[in-house]
Amino acid sequence: MTDGLQFIAFSTVNSVSSGTQLSAPLSTQSAFLLEYLPVVMLFAIGLVISLAFLVMAKIFAPSSPDAEKISTYECGFNSFDDSRMKFDVRFYLVAILFIIFDIEVAFLFPWAVSIDKIGVYGWAVVMIFLFELAVGLAYAWKKGALDWE
Amino acid sequence: MIELFGMEWPWLLWKLVQILLFVIVLLVGLAFLLLMDRKVWAAVQLRRGPNVVGPFGLLQSFADFLKFVFKELIIPAGSDKVLFILAPIITLVTAFGVWAVVPAAPGWVISNLNLGVLYILAISSLGVYGIIIGGWASNSKYPFLGALRSTAQMISYEVSIGFILITVLLLVGSLNLTEIVNAQAGGFWNWHALMLDFGDPKSLILFPVMFYMFVLFCISALAETNRPPFDLPEAESELVAGYQVEYSSTAYLLFMIGEYLNIVLMCAMLTVMFLGGWHAPLDVKLSFMPQIPPFFWFAGKVVFMFFLFAMVKAIVPRYRYDQLMRLGWKVFLPSSLVAIVIVSTYVMMFGRTAVGLAGGG
Repeated sequence: MTDGLQFIAFSTVNSVSSGTQLSAPLSTQSAFLLEYLPVVMLFAIGLVISLAFLVMAKIFAPSSPDAEKISTYECGFNSFDDSRMKFDVRFYLVAILFIIFDIEVAFLFPWAVSIDKIGVYGWAVVMIFLFELAVGLAYAWKKGALDWE
Repeated sequence: MIELFGMEWPWLLWKLVQILLFVIVLLVGLAFLLLMDRKVWAAVQLRRGPNVVGPFGLLQSFADFLKFVFKELIIPAGSDKVLFILAPIITLVTAFGVWAVVPAAPGWVISNLNLGVLYILAISSLGVYGIIIGGWASNSKYPFLGALRSTAQMISYEVSIGFILITVLLLVGSLNLTEIVNAQAGGFWNWHALMLDFGDPKSLILFPVMFYMFVLFCISALAETNRPPFDLPEAESELVAGYQVEYSSTAYLLFMIGEYLNIVLMCAMLTVMFLGGWHAPLDVKLSFMPQIPPFFWFAGKVVFMFFLFAMVKAIVPRYRYDQLMRLGWKVFLPSSLVAIVIVSTYVMMFGRTAVGLAGGG
């Protein structure tokens, strides 16, 4: 199916290219990007659905806001403090750890896919890399960055 | 022929019809899965569950939808109004977008990207924005704390999900979900959850590791989607309803649909990555029996996984937050790291065991 799709793209763009500003022949880049068009279409449909739901509520639902109704919810009394308050630094710490390890995961993806082509050297290098990250995790563990008390 | 950006209208239209069909099947399926969730929950607690609207309450979800539409949409006075409305939209759009690469049957996929797994991780990470923006824009204490908790929990378990996926990728050698499914063809012993080869003692190394990874992925999926027993962000005894407190009407509905879409996506990911996707457990062709179409195997496995999720919701008590974070960072992360070392060493020594790598879907 994908081959047919690329064939359509190739044939049509080549036929158009003489008449329009598309002078270069369709590169593999464009055929590659064409795969993402249905993804964009799905996103657009999702957006249309969510907007439609919100508009439906605007049209069909009653709307009579009063001061009590639109005040901030807080268990039956008026809120007495700004709700965007200070929060625990641990959330910040978790976010930093997440960035480190998620980037590590992103590094490992191409390695995992091509492990049969890179030989023992490629494997060993990543093992060292993983060892270093394990040391980093052990350090964070020892420092208590992973503890919530 | 009318052309747009070098493409022909019929192709575009056909693709649009396919995507619309996919979305409709997904939404209607979701309505019944929601009902199933409630019915299972009720059955465990010896209740009847919803049984008034339609036969056996089958139309309950559609009635609920109408109710959401006819409820007043309240926007709190202190909230950031643009972000307040934007947050549920982000949640739903990303929850839909992730489904673009999930193959439901051979060729039944919106876009068969070669970067499928990476795409899923990328877009599902974006879903966190919906929650944290919603919690912040509400300008209320419970949503704010709920959003913080939810974000910390989701990103913690995303790390271990990423590591678990790498063990599967090591065995398959492709990020394309269709190829991952095809690598598990042949029978249930080729599924990545099991990796059993009865004639080969080597599989005794791989089987426990991959089965453990499967279990870890199940638990991480529960935590990633804020499902009970990890529904800390929505723990009603402490945070009322988490980041959704100030939302009402269809804005709340968008959050809920997005959340359930993510749950079903996790079930689909488990099916694709570990349970052989659309392949039957036993690859036998009997001439006198009609073949079950691949889509029904896929859907059946997804519904089965969802059933497990519903059972877990009904029978397991809620975790404490420090236990949850300890489980994610101190148990799942190190053990999946070790699993990567074991599986990659196995692949280096014995090669990939995947069979159908060359075959297309």
